[in-house]
Amino acid sequence: MSYTNSNYRSFWQYIHIDVPLLLGILLLLTLGLVILYSSSSQNLNTVEQQILHISLALGVMFVFAQIPPTTYRRWAFLIYAVGVVLLITVLVFGHIGKGAGRWLNLGFVRIQPAEMMKLAIPMFLAWHYHRIHLPLTFGTILFSAIIILIPAVLTAKQPDLGTAILLLIAGGSVLLLAGLSGLLIGTLMGLCALATPFIWYLLHDYQRQRVLTFLNPERDPLGSGYHIIQSKIAIGSGGLFGKGWLNGTQSHLHFLPEHSTDFIFAVCGEEFGFVGSVILITVFMAIILRGLYITIKAQDTFSRLLAGSLTLTFFVSFFINMSMVTGILPVVGIPLPLVSYGGSSMITLMASFGILMSIQTHRKLLTT
Amino acid sequence: MRKRIAIKDHVQEIQLISRRCISVLIMMIILIVLLIVRFAYLQLANHAHFTTLSQKNWLDLVPIEPTRGLIYDRNGVLLAENIPVFSLDIIPYKITNMPKTLSEIAKIIPITDNDIAQFQKQLKQHRRFDEVTLKLRLSEDEVARFSENQYRFPGVLVKARLLRRYPFTNSLSHVLGYVGRINIEELRDIDPINYSATNYIGKLGIEKYYEDELHGTVGYEQTENDASGEAVRVLNRIKPKPGKNLYLTIDSKLQTAVEQALSGHRGAVIAIQPSTGQILALVSEPSYDPNLFVEGITSQDYQVLQQSTDRPLYNRALRGLYPFASTIKPFLALAGLDAGVVTPTYTIFDPGWYQLNDTSHVFHDWKRHGHGSVNITRAIVSSCDTYFFDMAHKLGIQRIDRMLEKFGFGELSGIDMEEELSGVVSSPTWKRRVKGAPWYEGDTLNSAIGQGFMQTTPLQLAAGVATLANRGVRYVPHLLLAEQNQGSKAELQPPTQAPPIQLSDEAYWNIIINAMQGVITAPGGTGYHFGKIGPYTVAAKTGTAQNHSIKNFNMNEEHEDQSKLPEKLRDNSMFIAFAPVEKPQIAIAVIVENDVTASMVAREILDYYLIGPPPIQIPLAPRSINKNQGKPYVVH
Repeated sequence: MSYTNSNYRSFWQYIHIDVPLLLGILLLLTLGLVILYSSSSQNLNTVEQQILHISLALGVMFVFAQIPPTTYRRWAFLIYAVGVVLLITVLVFGHIGKGAGRWLNLGFVRIQPAEMMKLAIPMFLAWHYHRIHLPLTFGTILFSAIIILIPAVLTAKQPDLGTAILLLIAGGSVLLLAGLSGLLIGTLMGLCALATPFIWYLLHDYQRQRVLTFLNPERDPLGSGYHIIQSKIAIGSGGLFGKGWLNGTQSHLHFLPEHSTDFIFAVCGEEFGFVGSVILITVFMAIILRGLYITIKAQDTFSRLLAGSLTLTFFVSFFINMSMVTGILPVVGIPLPLVSYGGSSMITLMASFGILMSIQTHRKLLTT
Repeated sequence: MRKRIAIKDHVQEIQLISRRCISVLIMMIILIVLLIVRFAYLQLANHAHFTTLSQKNWLDLVPIEPTRGLIYDRNGVLLAENIPVFSLDIIPYKITNMPKTLSEIAKIIPITDNDIAQFQKQLKQHRRFDEVTLKLRLSEDEVARFSENQYRFPGVLVKARLLRRYPFTNSLSHVLGYVGRINIEELRDIDPINYSATNYIGKLGIEKYYEDELHGTVGYEQTENDASGEAVRVLNRIKPKPGKNLYLTIDSKLQTAVEQALSGHRGAVIAIQPSTGQILALVSEPSYDPNLFVEGITSQDYQVLQQSTDRPLYNRALRGLYPFASTIKPFLALAGLDAGVVTPTYTIFDPGWYQLNDTSHVFHDWKRHGHGSVNITRAIVSSCDTYFFDMAHKLGIQRIDRMLEKFGFGELSGIDMEEELSGVVSSPTWKRRVKGAPWYEGDTLNSAIGQGFMQTTPLQLAAGVATLANRGVRYVPHLLLAEQNQGSKAELQPPTQAPPIQLSDEAYWNIIINAMQGVITAPGGTGYHFGKIGPYTVAAKTGTAQNHSIKNFNMNEEHEDQSKLPEKLRDNSMFIAFAPVEKPQIAIAVIVENDVTASMVAREILDYYLIGPPPIQIPLAPRSINKNQGKPYVVH
C-alpha cells in the first residue's frame, strides 16, 4: 500500500482525500440524483438544486478533510458548547418554518444547530474519552449521558424527533465503541422500557400518532397510516426488477408522499425492484465498510472513536430510513443519507465524511 | 489522579475499540440481512398483492352515461328530447364546511330552498366522492359568474349534462310519463353496472315501460388517476351505446286537438286505429307538466297537484274505472243475438218499466213513458233500457260476461303501459268474493244497462269499439310504433292480434253497426248532441252514467235538472264511436265526468281526424305580394 510508505505521499493524500470513500460517495450521490430525477417527476429544477447542495457539501467535505484530527480534538469542547447555546437560541428565537423551529437565521446564512450537534456530540465525547482512561467508569457514563441528553432533549423540543434520535445514536455510538458494557446496555434498555409511559406523555400529538400508526397502519389508511401503506405498495409492486426508471406509478401519480425526501427509497424500490434495492444497500455497505476500515486504522483514541461513531451514525440513519420506508420501524423524519433531497443533512453528512478522510489522510502526520 | 499517558493503556484502548468495531460490524450484517429479507418479503413474496393495490390506486374505470333514446310521435314529431344544461355539482368529500360553502355559493348564484332540500336528499343517496347536483339549469350568466369564482370553491364544478325535456308539456304527460332521479327502491332493481353513470330513470308511462330500450348501455373510460383522484389521462375508452329512439303510434296533432276538445273538463279520450290497435291519442284531463318532475318537483308544486280535487296526476284513460252506462248495450246486443235469445226482428213493447216475474221490484226505463214497440235496432238507437232488461234476463249473467270478456273487458288490455287497471266484469263469484253477498237477478238487469258493478276503463272501452269496428278482429292496443337504434333505420313493431270474436252469424255485426249509425242519424237517436252528420259515416253509442249518490237528492227522474246538482255529482257522459263505418280509420271512447258534452267532444275529434282542422281565416295584410292577394288565406 502506497499510503503506508512513510516517504511517499500521493496527490490524493496530499489534498487529504480518501479515494475509495470518495468513489463510494460519488456513486451513491449519482444514484441518488437518478432516483431524484424520477421521484420529482422529472423536475430539472429540483435536480439542479440538489446538485447545488451536493457541490456545496463536497466543498465542505474538502475543507473538513484538510483540518487535522488534532484540531478537532482541541476545539471539540468549544464546538459542543457553542452548539448547545445555539440550540437554546433556536428554541427561544427560532425561525418558524414547516411547523418546527429549527433554523437559526444569522442574516447571511441560516444554520440548523441540531445538524451541527450531530458532529459536536461525538467529537466532545471522543475528546473526553481520549483524555481519560478507558474502560468507562460509572461516573463517566453518567457524565456522557448528560452531554448527549442536553442537545437531544433541546432538539426534540423543536420538535424534531428524527434528528433528536440521531443525536442519541451519535452519542450512543461513541459510548458503544468506548466499551460500554453489555450489562449496562441491557440496563439502559430496561430503563427505556420503563420510561416508555413517560416518554409517551412527553411526545407531541403527531409523534404519538406516528407510533400508533406504525403499530397498525390500517387504523388510519387515509391519515397518518397513509405514508407507510403507500410506501409498502410502492416497494412491493416493484417486484424483482421494478417497473423501470420513470415508470413508477406510486410516485409519479403522487400516491407516495414525501417521495423525494424521507420516502425516496420507495421510488427506488418501485422502479428498480429487489435488484435495485440490494444494489443500493451494497453501495451503502461499501461506504460503511470503508468507514470501519478507517476507524480500525486510526491511530489514537479520539480519531478512532470519532471515525467509528460517524460511520455508525451513517449506518443507523440509513438503516432507520430503510426500515421506516419498508414498515419495520415507525415513521420518524430521518432522510435517506446522501440520497434524499435536502441541503442541511447533506452538508452535515459530507462534513462527517470530510472528518473521516482527515483521520485517514493525516495518520502519518500524527504523533501520539 | 491517574497518569494520563501509559502505553499499555493505549494499546488496550485500541484493542477495545477494535473489538467493538467488529461486534458492530457483525450487528450491522445481521441488520442488513434483516433488511434484505424484508425487501424479499415485500418485493418477491408479496409482489402480486402489492401490484394489485398499486393498480387499484391509479387505475379507475369511469362509467359514461349513455344518451337516453328520444321519443317521437308517428309523424316524427319530437315528444321527448335531451337538452344540454349546465349544472352546479359538488363533490362532497372535497368540501370541509358544507353549510359555509353553500352560503358562499348562494352569494354568487341564487340557490333556492328547494335546491338545498333536493341536494341534501341526493347527498344521502350518493357516495362521498360522487358528484351531487346542487342546481340544475344554470343560465349562461350564472355559469360565467361562477367560473370567475371557481378558484374559491375546490370540489364545486360546473358540469354540462343532458336533461330530459318534454316539449309538449301537459299534453302528453299521461302517455310519456317522465323520468326522475333514481330512488332507493329503484336502485335495488336496476343493474348497478349499467346504471353506474345514470342519474335518471323512467318513472311512469312510456318512459318507464320502455326504460330498458331508452336507457342504452353504459360506456367506460379507463383513466389513470393521481392521488387526488383527478384523471391524468385516458387509457381506454368503451363508448356508451345510446338508448333506442322510440316512435309512438300517437298522432301529436290529434292528441293536441283532443286535449283542446276536452279542455276545461275532467275526462279521458282514447282514439285507436282499429286495423292495427295503434293508439292515436290518449288524453286524460286535467294533466300536469312532466318537466316539473325531471328537475325535482318542489314540495309546494307537488302538493298543489296532489291535493287538487281535479286529480291531474290521475291517469283516467288507463286507471279511471267508470260504469259502462248505455255504452254496454251494443256488446250486450251482440251477446243476445249470438246466443239466439233475441232475433233481429224480435220486438217487445216497452211501457217504460220492466218487472221480473218473481219480484215486485220495478225497473224503470230512462224514458218514463216508454219507447213503445222496440226491436234490437230501435233499442240501440234510442238506448231502450226495458229491451235490454228483458234480454239480460233471458241471457243470464254468465253469457253476458262471456261476451264482455271476449271484447277484453275485465282484464288488462295489454297496452305497453304499466299503470293500466283491469276494470270489472261482475259475476256471482266476483260478487261473493268482493262484496260477500249473493248474486240477485236484479244485479243482472242492472248490469244490462251498465249501472251495476260493471266497470270499464276508457282504454278498454275504446279497444272494445275498435273490435266492433273490425267486426270481431282484435288487436292489442299499443303505443309503440317503431324502435330505432341510433344511426340505423327504424324497425316497425307489428301489431299483436288477440283471439278474434266469432259470432254464430257474421251478419249480426252489421245489425249492431247499422243500429249504431242510427244513434246519430235515425230520428229519436240519442246521439243528437253529436250534431248533423258530416262527410263521413259514424257508428256510435252514447252513455250517461249516474253518480250513485244522486239518489240522495231524490232526483232519479227523466228530466232532472243536472245543473242544480253540485258539479261533482252530475252525470258522466260517455260516447263511443268509430268512423267511417265502411272502412273504419278511428275508434274512440270519450268520457266526460260530470258533464253532458262527450258527444260534442267526439264530434270535434272525428272531424279533426277525418276532415282536418277547422280552417282559420286570416285576413291578408294589404301590402303583401302574395298571389292570393285579396282572398282570405286558409290555414289548415
